[in-house]
Amino acid sequence: MRFILQRLGFYLLAAWAALTLNFFLPRLMPGDPATALFARFRGQLRPEAMQALREAFGLTPEPLLGQYITYLGHVLRGDFGVSVAYFPSPVSTIIGTGLLWTMFLAGTAVAVSFVLGTLLGVAAAWWRGGWMDTLLPPALALLGAFPYFWLAMVALYVFGFQLAWFPLGHAYADDLTPGMNLPFLASVLRHAALPVGTVVVATLGGWMLSMRNTMVSVLGSDYVNLARAKGLPPSRVVLRYAARNALLPSVTGFGMALGFVLGGSLLTEIVFSYPGQGYLLLQAVQSQDYPLMQGIFLVITLAVLGANWLVDIAYLWLDPRTREGS
Amino acid sequence: MTAPASRRSTGARAWLDAIRRDRKASVGALILVLFALLAVVGPLLVGDPTALVAVPLEPPSSAHWLGTTGQGQDVLAQTVVGTRVSLLIGFAVGIVVVLVGSLVGVTAGYFGGRVDGMLSLLFNVFLVIPGLPLAIVLAAYLPSGPLTVAAVLVFTGWAWNARVVRGQTLSLRRRDFVLASVVSGESSLRIITREILPNMTSLLVAQVIGSSVYAIGALVGLEFLGLGDVSSVTWGTNLYWASNDSALLTGAWWTYVPTGVCVALVGFGLVMLNSGFDEITNPRLQMERAWRAHLAAAGQPASRSTPVVVRDG
Repeated sequence: MRFILQRLGFYLLAAWAALTLNFFLPRLMPGDPATALFARFRGQLRPEAMQALREAFGLTPEPLLGQYITYLGHVLRGDFGVSVAYFPSPVSTIIGTGLLWTMFLAGTAVAVSFVLGTLLGVAAAWWRGGWMDTLLPPALALLGAFPYFWLAMVALYVFGFQLAWFPLGHAYADDLTPGMNLPFLASVLRHAALPVGTVVVATLGGWMLSMRNTMVSVLGSDYVNLARAKGLPPSRVVLRYAARNALLPSVTGFGMALGFVLGGSLLTEIVFSYPGQGYLLLQAVQSQDYPLMQGIFLVITLAVLGANWLVDIAYLWLDPRTREGS
Repeated sequence: MTAPASRRSTGARAWLDAIRRDRKASVGALILVLFALLAVVGPLLVGDPTALVAVPLEPPSSAHWLGTTGQGQDVLAQTVVGTRVSLLIGFAVGIVVVLVGSLVGVTAGYFGGRVDGMLSLLFNVFLVIPGLPLAIVLAAYLPSGPLTVAAVLVFTGWAWNARVVRGQTLSLRRRDFVLASVVSGESSLRIITREILPNMTSLLVAQVIGSSVYAIGALVGLEFLGLGDVSSVTWGTNLYWASNDSALLTGAWWTYVPTGVCVALVGFGLVMLNSGFDEITNPRLQMERAWRAHLAAAGQPASRSTPVVVRDG
C-alpha cells in the first residue's frame, strides 16, 4: 500500500511538473508572448477570439505568480481554454472526442506487442538455437529501425491502396453510426488493423529480445532445474516457474515504453487520418492553434502517468517482494 | 613518443579489433561507414536537389534512378543530400544528449544525498513525461530551424542517459581506487574526470550510439510534421513533402521508400554496432562467453540449463 501511495505521489509531482512546463511554454517565445501571439494572428482572428486566447494563457496584466494561480485553477476545473481553429469550441470538448480513439489505438498496440513479443521471447529461449532464436531477432531489429509512420505509409500503400484489403483511413466507415452494434465494431476493428499492426511490427523486437535474454538466465537457475527434475510438465515449468519471474524487467520497461509508443502512434494516426490526438495535434500545429496543442500535450501526459501507475500496481501483484517490503 | 599517446592508440586499435571480431558489430560498422561516405562525398556527385529537372511524379527511369518528386525534383539527389544534414544533426544531438545526461548523472551519483535526490527526481519526471508530444509543442513555439529542433531533442532526450550514468557512477563510487583518491585528498572534479569518467568510456560510447538512434528517429518524425525548416533538404522534410504532395494517394512509392530505407539502415547499423559492443564490454556477457568456451572444450552442446545468452556467430 505504501508503495502504491509513494508512486502516486511521484506521478502527482510529475503531473505538476508537466502543468508548470505547459504554463511556461508560451512564455518561451522570444519577446512578450502576448504581442508575439497576436502578431501571428493579426487579421485572422475576431476580437473575441483574441480575448479568449489571452484568457486561456492567463496573459493578463497580473504578476506572473497570479497568472500561474489563475492558470492552475482553470486546468483543475478541466478548462484548457478555447480553440483558435475551431473557435468557439472549448479545447476540452475537441480533445474529448479524440482521446478515446488514441487510447484505443495505442493501448491495443502496446498490449498486443507486449503479449506477442513476450511469448516469442519465451519460445525463443525454450527452443534455443531454433529459427525463432536466430532469424527472428535481427529481422525484427531491422523492422524496428524504420520510423513508425513510414511503416504506416508503406502498409497503407500495399495493403490499403494496392491490395485493398483494408480501408485507407478513418476509424470507422462513414455510413455507420457509432454504437454497440456488430457492423460498427467490425468496421472499427477493420480500420484499426493496419495502424495497430504497423506499431506492433515496429515494437515487437524489443519485447522479444528483452524477454528472451532474461528468460535464458532464469531457465539456467537452480529452482527451474529442480522443477524440471521433479518431472513437472514443461508448460508449467516454462510459464509458471520461469516466465513469471523473467517478466519482471519487461514490466518495468512497460511503463516507459508506453509514452514512447504513444508518441509513435500519434504519427501513425496522421498517416491513417485516424481521428485521435495525433491527427488533432497535426491540425493544431498547422493552424497554429496553441491552446489545442497544449491541451493535447497535457491530456496525453496525464494519460501516460495514469497508465504508469496502473503498471506499478500490476508489478506489485507480480512481485511479492514489493508487497512484503511495505 | 610519450607513453599516454601510445596507450591511446592501442586503445583505439583494441576497439577496432573488437569490432572486426564480432560479426554484428562489423555489419553495423560497414553500414555506417558507407553512409558516412555518402554524406561526405555524395552531395558532390548528384545535382542540385531543389532544381526542377523533370515532370512531377515520374517513376524511376534511367535518367532519374529513383524517379521525381511531386514538384519534379530528383529523388536520388534529395535522398543523398538529405543524408548529410540528417546525420550531422542526428549525431550532434546524440553527443550533446550524452554530455548533458552524463553531467547530471555523474553529479547525482558522485555527490549522493540531497543532490542525488533532487536530480534523480528531475530525470525520473522527465522520463515519464511523453517526449514526442512535448517536443512537438516546444518546436511549434520556438522559431523554426535546425538549431531549434536539435535543442528540443536534447531537452526531451537527456533523462535516460542521466539515469544510466548515475547508476554506473554509484557503483564506481564505492570502488577502492576511487575511495583511495578521495582519501588522498584529490578534488572532486579531478576524481570525476580522471577516475570515474575514463572507467565508463565504453558505456558512454554505447550511450552516444543509442542516443543517435533516438535523435535521428525523432528528428525525422518532427520534420515529417513540418516542424523543421521545410525549405531545407533533409530526410524528414523529404517525407514531409512526399506526404504533402499526396504521394500515398497517387501511388508514388518512390518518393518516400528510399528515405525510409536510409533511416532504417542507419538505425539498424547503429543498433548492430551497439549490440556488438555490448557483447565485448558487458561483464555478464563476457562470463557467458567463458561458459561457451568451456562447453566447447568439453565437447558439450548448451542445454536448457546453461545460462548462455549469446550464441556464436
